[in-house]
Amino acid sequence: MSLARRLDHEALALQRQGELGLWLPCWGQEAAQVGSVSALQDTDYVFPSYREHAAALVRGISPTELLTQWRGATHAGWDPKNYNFHFYSLVLGTQTLHATGYAMGAVLDGGDQVVAAYFGDGAASQGDVSEAFNWAAAQNLPVLFFCQNNQWAISTPTSLQYRTPVHERAAGFGVRSFYVDGNDALAVHAVTTEAADIVRRGEGPALVEAVTFRMAGHSTSDDPTKYRAPEELAAWEAKDPVKRLRTLLEATARTRRGSPPSRRRSKSSDWRCDAPAGPSKPPSSTISSIRRTRIRTAS
Amino acid sequence: MTFLDSVTPTAGSTPSGTAPLTTTLGKALTAGLRRAMQDDDRVVLLGEDVGALGGVFRITEGLQSEFGTQRVVDTPLAESAIIGTAIGLAIRGYRPVCEIQFDGFIYPAFDQIVSQLAKMRARSGGRVTLPVVIRVPVGGGIGAVEHHSESNEAYFAHTAGLRVVSCADPGDAYRLIRAAIASDDPVIFYEPKRRYWDKGAVDLDAAPASLDRARVLRHGRDVTLVAHGPTVKTALAAAEAAAEDGFSVGVVDLRTLSPLDMDTLKQCAQTTGRMVVVHEASTFLGIGAEIAAAITEACFHMLEAPLLRVGSYNLPYPPAKVEDDFLPGVDRVLDAIDRALKF
Ligand SMILES: Cc1ncc(C[n+]2csc(CCOP(=O)(O)OP(=O)(O)O)c2C)c(N)n1
Ligand SMILES: [Mg+2]
Repeated sequence: MSLARRLDHEALALQRQGELGLWLPCWGQEAAQVGSVSALQDTDYVFPSYREHAAALVRGISPTELLTQWRGATHAGWDPKNYNFHFYSLVLGTQTLHATGYAMGAVLDGGDQVVAAYFGDGAASQGDVSEAFNWAAAQNLPVLFFCQNNQWAISTPTSLQYRTPVHERAAGFGVRSFYVDGNDALAVHAVTTEAADIVRRGEGPALVEAVTFRMAGHSTSDDPTKYRAPEELAAWEAKDPVKRLRTLLEATARTRRGSPPSRRRSKSSDWRCDAPAGPSKPPSSTISSIRRTRIRTAS
Repeated sequence: MTFLDSVTPTAGSTPSGTAPLTTTLGKALTAGLRRAMQDDDRVVLLGEDVGALGGVFRITEGLQSEFGTQRVVDTPLAESAIIGTAIGLAIRGYRPVCEIQFDGFIYPAFDQIVSQLAKMRARSGGRVTLPVVIRVPVGGGIGAVEHHSESNEAYFAHTAGLRVVSCADPGDAYRLIRAAIASDDPVIFYEPKRRYWDKGAVDLDAAPASLDRARVLRHGRDVTLVAHGPTVKTALAAAEAAAEDGFSVGVVDLRTLSPLDMDTLKQCAQTTGRMVVVHEASTFLGIGAEIAAAITEACFHMLEAPLLRVGSYNLPYPPAKVEDDFLPGVDRVLDAIDRALKF
């Protein structure tokens, strides 16, 4: 969680320096992501949305791999097979149907793999998401839907997005639903473990709605002061998931304070060096196919 | 808060004043929307984040505080639903103007646009008209991530029952958006996102433009360049460069891709005998292919060279680092002019 927080800082700085075209911070959502993905098995396949950096780090995807896409050097920064973690999806909600189809394949292949699909409170309004709920329920598929309700879809608050919360909606489709404090890493872990067990036992899809908050802007192009009151941010800052977990760990005296921050700092200087040195052009395959076409095309 | 808990509108500024204003294409569109909303209170805006934020490109900035939350509606995040509800509003007598946040996010609404919006007027024997405008920031050149740089005009121009409009500069954008909103046909209205910040003169008292006519921006004797939206500026720059080499190159801004203004195109083709169509979309089955075929059919004997097309490659839009190699720039247009002249 601390690594993800640090990565957000570094990436925001790199974007401001012109090294990244865009960055969408996961700031504030670390507990929801780390708590949930660590409740899965490594062989479970994950379809993320585009803000799941903390989850990606847990799966071993490197910060450099995470950053290349946002440098405009590639559309997909890693090989999904290496991490059982699909690359990011930018057309909202589409990945929930991809996860549903992948789960059909998983059933055909046998075994007890769980397929997880991450999406947001806004994406939940897409027809694709409702279709995925229905399909997965009708076919009793091993899909674990994980909705991070971070209160906002860019500038649109959940009050304008829906009347019936996502977990109630999913239940209407026959998807077993859970509702959890997404800023409490241990609670998210416990609830996701329970939901994943149901899915793994072949009892059909489940959904976890984690209530959390997007503490930074939607992206580096956003200006949240145009639509969000400072009091709202302050109220959620008091529930900062990283601080909460640290407080708990300190209270239970299991923390080794001092060492994590220094490790973090040395790592982050590596990323700072790697990011500008990383590929500034897409892999040669992309370029050469463009060149080939240029020769073939009349103009 | 719901859409019905109206934010009380503040008094709006009235347009007018005779002196043309110099402003950006984006602000010209805002002014056009404001003017259309002042003139007709059945004009409503729908879209993702169009309210307090003013849209991700700020084209609707200030309009929600001016006209209230009932006329500038922040919708749920569902493009098919945005178009589907706009169709219902239009049936009810409103004139909805929808914003699709980026070109690549219009596809979830494809069915509503092609099967419902485009066909209802014909299906009803003309009894139901759907005056819906769909505004789409289009094209590349801003270093965006995947799905944010598409040029998809050919899909919609291919669909009978839709008008497809593409604006190129601030003054014309202001006149075209007002014409689009006034039209009883559904209009796909393309806004060239890399030109949003370009400045130009805007006459707030100018009448809405015709949705059937192209504009001749520069007369030429040797070659006619035909462009629309973002490539109009590219074509003008290429014509300027060719003039330095002693060639007289004209530029036509199509403005409307469906219907195409064949009269203007034919006149220009007959004058110069050489024509090059320039667009950001892939040349394969693009608007340029249609123009080449139609002009060849109409004025074969007047042509000195085959019509040439300059566009992007038939590939998915690449990562931002190479988009400059992908998009047709002045050099590629000049190459095509050379080839047309040498023919
Ligand atoms: C189909 C589609 N429409 C619009 C967008 C533009 N867009 C990108 S993120 C976003 C908001 C998403 O909100 P939410 O699902 O709550 O996820 P969050 O950003 O809060 O993580 C929008 C409107 C998109 N990417 N895809
Ligand atoms: Mg959200």
